[in-house]
Amino acid sequence: MSTELVIQLNTLLAAMILLTSFALLVQRRMFAILHIFAWQGFFLGLSTAVIGFATGEHHLYISSLLTLVMKVILLPYILYTLIHKLKIHREIESVMNTPATMLAGIGLVIFSYHLTAPVRQLSTLMTRSTLAVALATVMLGLLMMVTRRHAVSQIIGFLAMENGLFFAATSATYGMPMVVELGVALDLLIAAFIFGIFFFHINTTFDSLDVDQMAKLKETD
Amino acid sequence: MALVTLLWISVLVALVLAFVGDWRFAPEINIAGSALTFVASLVLALEVYQRGAFTAGGNFFFVDAFNVYLVVLTTFVSTTTAVFSRRYMRVERDHGKVGHWRMRFYHAMFQLFIFAMLIALLTNNFGVLWISMELATLATVLLVSLYRTPTAIEAAWKYFILCGVGIAQALFGTVLLYFAAERVLGVGGNALLWTNLSQVSSQLEPTVLRLAFVFLMVGYGTKAGLVPVHNWLPDAHSEGPTPISAVLSGLLLNVALYALVRCKSLVDISTGTRFAGNMMIGFGLLSLLVAAFSLLRQKDIKRLFAYSSIEHMGIATFAFGLGGSIATFGGMLHMLVHSLTKSSVFFSVGHASQMHGTQEMARIRGLLRGNPSVGWGLMLGVMSLSGMPPFGLFASEFLILTATINQMPLMAIPLLIGLAVAFAALFRRVQPMVAGATPPWQTPLKAANIPVFLHLALAVLFGLYLPPFLSRWFEMAVELLR
Repeated sequence: MSTELVIQLNTLLAAMILLTSFALLVQRRMFAILHIFAWQGFFLGLSTAVIGFATGEHHLYISSLLTLVMKVILLPYILYTLIHKLKIHREIESVMNTPATMLAGIGLVIFSYHLTAPVRQLSTLMTRSTLAVALATVMLGLLMMVTRRHAVSQIIGFLAMENGLFFAATSATYGMPMVVELGVALDLLIAAFIFGIFFFHINTTFDSLDVDQMAKLKETD
Repeated sequence: MALVTLLWISVLVALVLAFVGDWRFAPEINIAGSALTFVASLVLALEVYQRGAFTAGGNFFFVDAFNVYLVVLTTFVSTTTAVFSRRYMRVERDHGKVGHWRMRFYHAMFQLFIFAMLIALLTNNFGVLWISMELATLATVLLVSLYRTPTAIEAAWKYFILCGVGIAQALFGTVLLYFAAERVLGVGGNALLWTNLSQVSSQLEPTVLRLAFVFLMVGYGTKAGLVPVHNWLPDAHSEGPTPISAVLSGLLLNVALYALVRCKSLVDISTGTRFAGNMMIGFGLLSLLVAAFSLLRQKDIKRLFAYSSIEHMGIATFAFGLGGSIATFGGMLHMLVHSLTKSSVFFSVGHASQMHGTQEMARIRGLLRGNPSVGWGLMLGVMSLSGMPPFGLFASEFLILTATINQMPLMAIPLLIGLAVAFAALFRRVQPMVAGATPPWQTPLKAANIPVFLHLALAVLFGLYLPPFLSRWFEMAVELLR
């Protein structure tokens, strides 16, 4: 495979990751959100494998496999089971002002390009152009967590941020050292365990997973 | 050797406690395990004192004067907290607030949390530092929601989400740091090692490091409870069980600040400017001022002291940002004495709220008459927190103020305003609680006095006289951070 082709393929995959980030931002149905999240993980894993193939960095294959297992199979499966058990699969969340959220998202993408400009200039890697997309994915995940009121979609925003961070590591440096990547994956698994417990607690205590009901702890005068 | 033992003890004790669960002697096992880690940390400290800084475990761990003093502090406070928690959690259990499974969980997670903090302090690798910070957060999230009340769940959710977001920024900062390091040190795990990075810090690309520090500051700043990313802290520190509040305020904040200080010393050498230092000064002063004014309007006793933690973290961040030997020395002393005092105050607060069945300050009255040791513990603790003379915080704040007047005279004004407001706010709240007649709803309580007064005695000691080994140690650390 020629370098030119690899770069184009990688850019295509980066574009798909960005597209799924925007789709997550405005999707309101629980299952659809889950599907989009799984697709994002799939593109991420594929992109990692492509970079690994093109650069000969074989540890990227392990990262890619880890991503595919964790983010395409394991986490969506856990969330799927939780959604079923909590009987919220029919829920449609009200999302505030879709056009405004989209515009804010576009603003964040431009901001990410601006912010990563010095890094892109210094880098000689073939993946340098996708670093901005990675930061944008992090920012869009953050935006999703801020604009959503449902506990499950907030968590998916959190996991999408994680995807963005992983993508940033592959595009800036061809992946972090293996020990760090494994450690991050372990933390993610523990986090999945914890939010699973949380969903049940929130649901039994507040009779719904709408986090707007949790507003008792405020500064009072 | 001591290092490996130290780390293994807390893991093994966590496993044992998860296994024995709510058995009668579980609190004693918790105390014994923590005490063993304390002994191991003393051995480790002695080693550093004699040999100087060294690496262990194939460069995986790194010990120098700066982190070893925090390790000793962490194991010491965790031991005394375990002593306090034995009596405190027994009362909570008798009141039916926690059951069998939650006690098992509580004990195991307590040790796991200590383990995560020790890894964070001792690791040589910036990536592992991030991982263990996240692990420490995750271990405490479910402890904050231990009582399963609506407010506790809300606080824990906020803690989980906001710290998760914050620390994600720190990971992005770490990626950028790795990017800059890789260009000098080559690909592979070695590029994230502190021992390597500190040697080549002047060759690292300044523009990238500047960008990285912005992310690291926001990320670890969230964990250190700095304004404006502090919203989770008063909730998390006030809704969990009191022993957990004590270790969160006394220890975890220190670890986050430790991470930040390490990053700062790299970035400022690389850029050759005071960029990172100035940013820490800004965040520190803002935290001090916002927290001092927030202290004025608190109604819940644990929230009051949670804001006081933000205030003190602000002062320490400010001191490290200022740099120079006097301010850095002051900052380290401040971290040490603040940890001791704050955990002692939380112990007293736990007793006081158990005696009155509430955390509402308006209903806590007449402590000195009701239970003199709790009353005096709280009063002396607050005197120490507000920086009154015989206590160590007076010494550290005095050092920091002197350095400020020398280096940046104008910054002394907001610093003094913040300290004065915090002083007034704390006393206005605490005086009615300790003085006056005992209210009818107060119930007698057998308090755990040893941890409270041991901490306060140390806080006084470090104010009057700094043992030569400790001051030499601090000087070694100051040398490292310069």
